[in-house]
Amino acid sequence: MMTWLMITKYFQNMKWQPSLSLEIVAPAAVGLLALFGWEMGVRLTDTPPYLLPGPILILQTLLKDWPILFPALLTTLKITILAFVAATTSGLLIAVLMAQSKWIEKSLYPYAIVLQTIPLAAIAPLIIIWLRNSVLLALVICAWIAALFPIISNTTFGLNSADPSLRDMFRLYKASRWQTLRYLRLPSALPYFLAGLRISGGLALIGAVVAEFVAGSGGTNSGIAYQILMAGYNLEIPRMFAALLLVTILGIIIFVVLATTSAALLSGWHESSLPRDR
Amino acid sequence: MTWQPVMTLTQGNKTFENGLVALQDVDLSINQAEFVSLVGPSGCGKSTLLRIVAGLSALSSGTLVWGEGDYQPEIAFVFQEPALMPWARVKDNVQLPLRLGGILHKKAEAMVADALRLVGLENFKNAYPRQLSGGMKMRTSIARALVTSPQVLLMDEPFGALDDITRTKLNNDLLALWSQQRWTVLFVTHNIYEAVYLSERVVVMAASPGRIVAEILIDEPMPRTDGFRTSVAYSHYCCQVAEALSAAMLGETVPLKREAASG
Repeated sequence: MMTWLMITKYFQNMKWQPSLSLEIVAPAAVGLLALFGWEMGVRLTDTPPYLLPGPILILQTLLKDWPILFPALLTTLKITILAFVAATTSGLLIAVLMAQSKWIEKSLYPYAIVLQTIPLAAIAPLIIIWLRNSVLLALVICAWIAALFPIISNTTFGLNSADPSLRDMFRLYKASRWQTLRYLRLPSALPYFLAGLRISGGLALIGAVVAEFVAGSGGTNSGIAYQILMAGYNLEIPRMFAALLLVTILGIIIFVVLATTSAALLSGWHESSLPRDR
Repeated sequence: MTWQPVMTLTQGNKTFENGLVALQDVDLSINQAEFVSLVGPSGCGKSTLLRIVAGLSALSSGTLVWGEGDYQPEIAFVFQEPALMPWARVKDNVQLPLRLGGILHKKAEAMVADALRLVGLENFKNAYPRQLSGGMKMRTSIARALVTSPQVLLMDEPFGALDDITRTKLNNDLLALWSQQRWTVLFVTHNIYEAVYLSERVVVMAASPGRIVAEILIDEPMPRTDGFRTSVAYSHYCCQVAEALSAAMLGETVPLKREAASG
């Protein structure tokens, strides 16, 4: 509730300025120029669409195939969100547990690193075989593995980064372990945790897409990766690009939502969210 | 003034795990409502001594006894840095010790308001630490220390990072508050002038190993006024502390002196 209030207040305080700043115009101009060059290159060289479709054809295909691609994207989004929520919750709990003692941290941290280093494409088939009765759960677990480590790593680092003088002060006033966690360590870890979330959001999406590729399952609940895979098999390259465009846009939306939430939660006090003099 | 020891440290020794002897055979007694400063070169164990008194660090050997019956009074600590929680507003920073002590919000609010009034920050209670100047941050830190109405106030170079003007102002404010509240104060500083101006007694420490080499009584009426800063007596006391400090820094063996200088 408190978090929601902070986010609402942040948006109320935001002043949307319609001015076209250099930060928007410059990358937009580069992007448009690149798209124009791409389209012209394809047309002038008469490149067949099964090798490289132009941006206009991709856009037309996206609109035409929207009834197929959008539900697939929603399926991937569902897997991503479930995995992200699971990774956030479990990552935070594991980090809090590890921050309770150096022994617990030393005992658990290597396994967190193992999760990070195992190639997802290698472990995904196993998970899918083990959970063959629930493909959705298997895909969520694969995406969860991909998204978990940054949250554990960042949050643990943040929990251990509380100001030593403040720690002393909590000791001086005989704060309980719970009070120290609630009033000092968790707020100190918040910026690190939020940075971890921003990385994890993207990784959850990548994890979901990779797992869908490996699973290769079709049907009504197939995800966007399956559409990319099928489009590739059928040499429907414009549809493949359209699906890729949707995944990219989804990735950007996830990042923007998490970055905005992060800025709202840190606004007013943390260096990263304060305006700088130029 | 009651000259009753509120704290007595006898033969205090502190050796760190790496073998460094931080304190050796330190004897220090502080009387109730006394303002004592610890002065010494870097690494002489001033802050270690303060942390031991606060209970944040343990003695390797020796005894620390509190008043009569070893009843530990309410202690507050002001750190070298303001050590404020950047995510919390001034009022919430000040309220923290009360929150940790389980004091109800309504009662705590009144106590926070009183503490902020004492340090002149009542109009900044809703500000975040980043919106405050260095001096105001330190005032907030002092308000947080005062909010529990402590009997003993431990201050570890609280004004070390401030400019001279702000430091002088805060010195005067601290003395004015001390005159009202009459806490027992143990004040660590590098600054001889500050130590002499604030204290009733200046304890000079030497390094390697950390030990007390001189105790100088500043026998002038409290609270001090700006006139004291320009007096002959003040210069005399400063010279005396400086001499003891120079000897300590040169590593000369100085027999422990406990004296009242003739101002």
